[in-house]
Amino acid sequence: MSNETMSIFSPQLAARFDALVQKYPVRRSALVPMLLYAQDEIGYLSDAVIAEVAERIGITELDVRNVATYYSMLRFKPAGKFNVQVCTNISCMLRGGYDIFERFQEELGVGHKGVTQDGVFSLEEVECIGACCWAPAIQVNYDFHDDLTPEQVPGILAGYRGKANAEGKAAHA
Amino acid sequence: MPRLVSHPDEVKIVTRRFGQGAANIDRYVELGGYEAAKKCLEQGPDWIINEMKASNLRGRGGAGFPTGMKWSFVPKQSAKPKYVLVNGDESEPGTCKDHLIFLHDPHAVIEGTIIAGLAIGAKLGFIYLRGEYRYLLEIMEKAVADAYAKGFLGKNIFGSDVEFNVITQSGAGAYEVGEESALMESLEGKRGVPRIKPPFPAVVGLYGGPTVINNAETIATVPHVISMGAEAYAAVGTPRNGGTRLFGVSGHVERPGVYELPMGYNLKKIIYDVAGGVRGGRKLKAVVPGGSSTPVLLPEEIESLGMDFDQVGKAGSMLGSGGVVVIDDQTCIVEFALRTISFYQHESCGWCIPCREGTDWLKKSLTRFHAGFGVEKDIDNIRYLAENMLGRTFCPLGDAAAMPILGFVKKFRKEFEDHLNGKPCPFAKHAEIALV
Ligand SMILES: Cc1cc2nc3c(=O)[nH]c(=O)nc-3n(C[C@H](O)[C@H](O)[C@H](O)COP(=O)(O)O)c2cc1C
Ligand code: SF4
Ligand code: FES
Repeated sequence: MSNETMSIFSPQLAARFDALVQKYPVRRSALVPMLLYAQDEIGYLSDAVIAEVAERIGITELDVRNVATYYSMLRFKPAGKFNVQVCTNISCMLRGGYDIFERFQEELGVGHKGVTQDGVFSLEEVECIGACCWAPAIQVNYDFHDDLTPEQVPGILAGYRGKANAEGKAAHA
Repeated sequence: MPRLVSHPDEVKIVTRRFGQGAANIDRYVELGGYEAAKKCLEQGPDWIINEMKASNLRGRGGAGFPTGMKWSFVPKQSAKPKYVLVNGDESEPGTCKDHLIFLHDPHAVIEGTIIAGLAIGAKLGFIYLRGEYRYLLEIMEKAVADAYAKGFLGKNIFGSDVEFNVITQSGAGAYEVGEESALMESLEGKRGVPRIKPPFPAVVGLYGGPTVINNAETIATVPHVISMGAEAYAAVGTPRNGGTRLFGVSGHVERPGVYELPMGYNLKKIIYDVAGGVRGGRKLKAVVPGGSSTPVLLPEEIESLGMDFDQVGKAGSMLGSGGVVVIDDQTCIVEFALRTISFYQHESCGWCIPCREGTDWLKKSLTRFHAGFGVEKDIDNIRYLAENMLGRTFCPLGDAAAMPILGFVKKFRKEFEDHLNGKPCPFAKHAEIALV
């Protein structure tokens, strides 16, 4: 994109995308990572994200949507600031993954794909996240937590709530 | 941070540098890194491919295809550019070995990619990691940047006139993208729907060019094969199954973890010696030997079972991705089967009817069954559904979903019968899994 001020992304991300589309033998190869990085910054794939990504790659918005709907990490609605993803697949299930998931449901008062009212947390039951030997495992955004017991759940949430508060205060200062 | 484990029976080849700071390029070089790539640069493609063939290295992604043979299928002359593609999608439940490779030894992946590139005459390699592995992608990105800074990648690698480049790529959540042709689609910015084969990737792959695709563990093993010599590497394993394997032992064992053991190591010993036995001194009920898609084995079937591709195949299952999932006697097999098929139902790309509908009906049947609403004929129906998926789909995901279910029904029929006609699950724990 030639005019930076037109971008809905931060200058850093816009610059990263300018480089990303040049990197591959074919421009379109940037599409999947670009959608994920855009979501990391904006929170979800809004209409405006789809429109700008389509323009950057040089394909139609419909084409972008068609691809985006395939991938499970991409979403079209906001999640919480911290998205808690609990694996309940086989290795985790055998070591109490469902108990972990239940405890998160109780603590957060939301179910699968729910978002807390303050928007700080969302909860998701996910498939294997590649931490089977350290089960049961979860990811909060991109952070792994493994070898969990239900008793550790409140502490994990408190840690992230503290981060959210600190960032909130910094933003208002 | 994933914990590292150790056992005296381990033969540390691929894991040799784990826990030694080898993500740092200077440290990697200090530990002998990039010497294999330099040697390959001197020796040339034919020598590399011969070494790979002699090593008996077989693909660690699941199918166990001989790596040297795969590389030799790439045509020497090609109008289109050739590519190397490293598969780090690692999404088969029970599998977390590539995770540790990216974390502890990212340069081994880069070095293996360079060697594969030299062998087939490619100038560009891609390292594709599943989207969830963001912190590992950042480690890989840093390693790639460092390798460029040292001149190990770029226009004149190691001061030669040979060019080789590496691009790292993130996925965004999809098991099916681990299938080689679906991975290429994803890398081309499309939905992860596989391609019809033939043509095979070695001839028509990424961007239509000849492409070698290998699992990340396979690629990380390559420099070690070159360094220790093909024959020495082959000698560690069993006939036609060279070297070691990273076995990820998970589930009901005392010491779960990723262990590097020689090919052919006994499965019973993996569970009872290496991983410390069944948790809490309980009895072993079953073991899934190579990731969720491989048919279950009974305790009596693992007594003298050596873990290599051929022996596990003979025992009616597969070595797969090396993910050993251990199940104790307090576990409901019907629930385990249900969780397995729920995964495949979720991940089916929906292109072929037997896979799309088969996984969906199997999930529905097993859900109803586990909730106590099953009737006798459902057991045969489940079997019939699964049998009719086998070999009738465009990619192997259909088989990957059907095979384990067939195994559970055949080997644990009694347990299915114990759930019949309104009887509550004898292990009732999560019988509340939503009834669809
Ligand atoms: C549904 C499906 C998922 C797969 N997932 C992976 C994966 O996550 N990682 C991987 O290396 N291979 C995976 N494979 C196997 C690849 O298609 C391919 O055979 C492999 O990457 C080749 O590398 P190798 O010869 O080194 O094993 C998958 C196959 C199927 C059918
Ligand atoms: S077998 Fe399943 S995943 Fe593979 S192409 Fe067919 S529908 Fe898609
Ligand atoms: S099964 Fe939970 S991380 Fe693999």
